[in-house]
This record gives sequence, C-alpha cells and structure tokens, in this order.
Amino acid sequence: MTAEIVAWLAQDGITNGAIYALLALALLLVFTVTRVIFVPQGEFIAYAALSLALMESGRVPGTIYILLAGGALAAAMETARAVRERALARLPRILALYVVLPAAVAGAVWWAVPRNLAQWVQILLVLAMVVPLGPIMYRVAYQPLASASVLVLFIVSMAVHYVLMGLSLVFFGGEGLRSRPFSEGQFQLGVLNVSAQSLWVVAASLVLIAALWFLFERTIYGKALRATAVNRVGARLVGIPTNLMGQLSFLLAAFIGAVSGILISPITTLYYDTGFIIGLKGFVGAILGGMVSYPLAAVGALAVGLLESFASFWASAYKESIVFTLIIPVLVWLSLRSHHVEEEEEK
Amino acid sequence: MNRTLLAAVAAAATLGAAAAHAEITIGVTLGATGPGASLGIHYKNAFQLMPKTLGGEPVKYVILEDGSDATNAGKNARKLITEDRVDAIMGSNGVPSSLQIAQVAFETKTPYVCLTPISLPPEKYHWTFVVPQPTELMMGAVAEHMKANGVKTVGFIGFSDGWGDLMYKATTHHAAAYGYKVVTDERYARADTSVTGQILKILAAKPDAVVVGGSGTGGALPHVALVERGYKGRIYHNHGTVNAEFIKVGGKAVEGAIAPTGPLIVPEELPANYPTKKVSLDFTKRYEEAFGAGRRNAFGGYSYDGVLILDAAVPAALKKAKPGTPEFRAALRDALEGVKNVVGSHGVYNMTATNHNGQDERARVLVRVENGVWRLLK
Repeated sequence: MTAEIVAWLAQDGITNGAIYALLALALLLVFTVTRVIFVPQGEFIAYAALSLALMESGRVPGTIYILLAGGALAAAMETARAVRERALARLPRILALYVVLPAAVAGAVWWAVPRNLAQWVQILLVLAMVVPLGPIMYRVAYQPLASASVLVLFIVSMAVHYVLMGLSLVFFGGEGLRSRPFSEGQFQLGVLNVSAQSLWVVAASLVLIAALWFLFERTIYGKALRATAVNRVGARLVGIPTNLMGQLSFLLAAFIGAVSGILISPITTLYYDTGFIIGLKGFVGAILGGMVSYPLAAVGALAVGLLESFASFWASAYKESIVFTLIIPVLVWLSLRSHHVEEEEEK
Repeated sequence: MNRTLLAAVAAAATLGAAAAHAEITIGVTLGATGPGASLGIHYKNAFQLMPKTLGGEPVKYVILEDGSDATNAGKNARKLITEDRVDAIMGSNGVPSSLQIAQVAFETKTPYVCLTPISLPPEKYHWTFVVPQPTELMMGAVAEHMKANGVKTVGFIGFSDGWGDLMYKATTHHAAAYGYKVVTDERYARADTSVTGQILKILAAKPDAVVVGGSGTGGALPHVALVERGYKGRIYHNHGTVNAEFIKVGGKAVEGAIAPTGPLIVPEELPANYPTKKVSLDFTKRYEEAFGAGRRNAFGGYSYDGVLILDAAVPAALKKAKPGTPEFRAALRDALEGVKNVVGSHGVYNMTATNHNGQDERARVLVRVENGVWRLLK
C-alpha cells in the first residue's frame, strides 16, 4: 500500500464522510428535538437525486404527486382540527400552506420540465419539491403521536420509510439514475486527481455545517430548537410551540437530505432504495458520536466514510460488515460508561 | 319450460366445468418490487405478451409478487402448488429465490421452469428446467474474445451476492482453457456510492482486461470509476448488464464496453439466416410496442422462452393425462425433457435427461457500446 493509494482512499473517504456527516447531523437534530429515529432520512436523498435526474432527461418526476397528495392529507387533518377547535380563521393559512404551495410547486415543475432550463433552476425546483415533504411528513405521521414513546415513534418511522420506498419504486422505476455533474473539472493536487464535484460535496457540507451552527447559536428559532431538544415540557411551558419546532426540525432534515442527494447524484448511481443505506451510515456516524453531540457525530460520520473507503480496498466483500460491526463495540463502550437513565415518559 | 331452462343451465355448467378442467394453469412468482425490481419488472411485463393457449389448450397464468425475497418466493411457490393446483411453476428474478422454488418443486413433484441461471446438485434438476444461458456459456464468449486479443491477466469486480459469485466462477472456469489468469476478486454492493478502494486494488494489479460481474445499471459504477482513474484496458460485462439504462447512467465512460447477451438484444443486426432472428425480432418489436422504445432487455425474453418451451411440451403431456392432476405434472416433466429445436428469442433449446437448459453457442452474441447503443460485435 503506497502513500498514493492512501491519499486516494482518504480523498474518497472524506467525500463520502462529508455526506454521512450531513446526514448524521440531520438525524441527531430530529432525534433530539422530536425523539424520532428518522429512518426515512435516506428517502429525501433518493427523491432529490432521482427527481433531478428525471428532470434532466425531460420527464416530470412523480415527486410532485407525492407532494400534492401529502399536502392534501395534511390539510385535511389540519382542517379537521380547526373545525373541532372552532378556529375557522386558521383555514386560509392551512389552505395556503398545504394546498396552494404544493400546487404552485407542481405547476412550476410541469412548466419547467419541457423547457430544459439551466441546472441551477432545476436544482431549486427539486428542493422546492422535496423539502416541503419533511414538514408534511411530520404533520401527517408524527405530530398526532408526538408524545408517544421512542419505540412507537421508531415503528412509525419504519412505516413511513416503507411507504416512501414503495412510492419511490412506482415513480422512479427499478433502474438506477445519475444526474449531470455541476462541473466536469478535474485538477491535480500532488498525486491526486481531484474532481470538482467532490470539492463541491465537501464545500457544501462545510457551508451547511457552519449554517447550522449559526442557526443554533445566533437565531431565535435555533435557540427554540435547542430548548425543545433539552426539555420538551419545559420548552412548552416557556411558550415555545413544540409542534412548530418538530416541523422545523423535519424541514431542516429534509433540506439536508435533499442537498446530499443533489450533491452525490452526479458521482454515483442512485436507486430508488439506495437512500436507506446511505442514511444508515449517517446513523452509524451519529451513534459513534453518542447521539448527543453534533461535532462528535460529524467526526463519527467522517470516520465511517474513511473506514468504508479503506475497508473496500482491503476486504471489499466484507466492507458493509466491517462498517456496521463498528456499532457494537461503540454501543458496548457507551453503555458501560453512561449511567443508566430510564427513558422519561412524558405524559 | 322451467325444467328445460334448468337442464340447459345444468348442461352449460357441466360443459363449463369440463372446459375449465382442460385449462392449464401456470403459476408464476416474480419480484417486481424489492432489490431485484429492475429485472423483475421486465420478467413480469413479458406475461402481458404471452400466448393465450399452450399446446392448443387455454392457459391461465397466476402471477404472484415475491418482492425479490427468497423466503417469499418459496412461500408463493407452495401456495401456487397447493391452492391454485398449477401444472407448472415459473420464476423468479433472483438466484436465491430460484433456489427456494427449485426445492419446493422437488418436494411437490411440480415441473419448474426456472428464469435465472442457477446451479443445483444433479438430483435436484429432475423437476427443474433452466431457461437462461448458463453463465459459463455466456462468459465463454468473453473468454474467446479475450484470448483473440491477447489478454493474459484479468481483474474481476462483481456484486457481493450470488450473482457476483456466479460470475466469478464462470470467469475463472475458462481461465485455464483460454490462457489467462484472474488476478483480483473485488466485490461491491449495488447501493454503494463509491468503488474507489476496489478500483485502486485492481489498478495496482495491472490486469490486461477487467470483467465486471454486476447487473443492469449497477454495472456502470466500477466501469465509470475505472475510466476516470485512467484504466486503458478492455472492460467486459455480462449478460445481466445489457440494457439501455446502463448506457444512460454510464454515459461516455462506458463507450466500448463489451458484453455477451442473447440475440434478442440486437435482432435487427443479426444475419438473415440466424436461427432465432425471426422470433427475437418479433418479441423485441412487440415488447417495445407495449412498453416503450428502447426498453428491450434479456429478462422479458426469458419469461417468453420459458412459456415457448412449455408450449412445445404440453401436447405430449396432454396425450397422457388431464391438466390439474399429478399424472399430468409428471407427464409434463417428461415431455419437457424431450423438447427439441424449440426456437426462442434467446436461442434454440434441445433438452435431454442430463441437460435441462439445452442451449448452445447460438444463444449468445457479443455486443459492444457504440455511440450510446448496444451494437452487435462482428
């Protein structure tokens, strides 16, 4: 194994690790704010990447139907609640948020697809399609059960994951897709031939991580999210709308997932079900960070990327086993080291 | 008056029952969802183009979904045999699923037309007939081409599943006879986002050519990575990879990729006297008319050929027993073993007691990606 190979593998590991780091942050954010282990995180990757690839080949992605139907469902649930609480003044807002907005996005996509617009416009449209799915998902599947136990929420996550994966197969088909790279550029860095796309990935991850830090440290919404994460009941008592925080955390998770998907779709082939495995590796990263600390989760995810890359060189047939086996010693160590706290039931 | 009507109804019912009794039932289990969906969809599509009769008798296809899961495939097979009383069973789109079905077919004494290449212990082949070309036959074409081009060392990278194993076995099977050495056995998963590690290892071994044991669009990832890292040798694929989506995903990088496949992928380019030309051309045309231009693939052809083989065997079995009985199933099995010169979309089938596939070199052609389409390599 020469220094050159080490450099190549490290570059590859860092590119993948950057994606896993983003996902680990999203998973951690959702978990701390809502206690949801967010299995469908990976679906946002697949939806964004495959929608982009389909739009590039001039087809209307089925994502818009999911958006419209999901929006209608959320609107119906909200309307029922508004009627029950005799707060009909909320109706215009509900309609605007869950019906008019998705319809406008769907219309824009319909209009844009045959015109084959510039790539950045298509990327914006993909974000507009995929990101609202996050809050809609929270409203439809999680909010009614917001105070259930972690286990119940996890099972809901599995259900949402299977529903979305099934829809993904229906709308995107079984074969893999790839989108065009943002730039074809390659440049020399010592012995390495670094592709501009992998720099995009790393740079975008860094920017997003910095933006998240800014959000949490410097904005009122970020502070409210942190407060909810620390203590849900306490946050509600001081007047933080915890449902809104749940939706906000899902919005961020969907945004991070969609950005990850858009970033990697030019460098790999994505399938309707790939997102799950990628999300799972982000999850391993988050676990390596103990499911509590953002910087540790990011470091853990980077370690997963590097380990994966080196494992694929040494023993490619056992790569996945090596990556996922890593969880066991870490969990053992965490459980030995932490004093046991029974899961708090908030009722 | 009432009595006559009643009698008429009774007569009609008896006739109907008799007609239903002569109907042949074929049970099918396929996975158009789950990890094998990209193949399973094509296998399933083909059943919309199937003949409505087998050996002149009406036929009913009972198609169940197994989600590309081996356990489900086995359960489906059992259900089809015990509840639907099928006369023969077909499926599935994954090697592990097919192994499960073969076991059920063996236990229940039901003829099984297998739609993936599998390898079984000899006694288990008794009830199983395999439609796709054996991987050794297919990779033999690759081995020939490598020998003709002076390839001495071969790097292998394939899926980390049963398909990857089959391809590795087939590639090493021909090594001695065709004078090359397989220098790497790298594995990757379809859902992997990167194969950099594996590719670096292959490049370090400096092979004259690389064989990719993936399937469908999954074959594109290592090919693209090899080209990006400046690999200049030939890159060979296998018959699981040949479809239009592979080229769409791989783009310019997969230009020049060579793969063996059944003749139905390039029927237009076959010489006029090619034995399967008419059937291949007809099936490909009908498939693309029904499911869209450029959707041609090997998998739909396997389903179609499986039914053609059954069609050829049914008349002999009908002489011995009535459909729906164990005697008919046994007779059908014997008849399947005797089918001769059945021209399918993939090749010409001549079954014998020891060869339950019956294909020969006529069932394979080499194709190459030229200007973004698979063309016959002449």
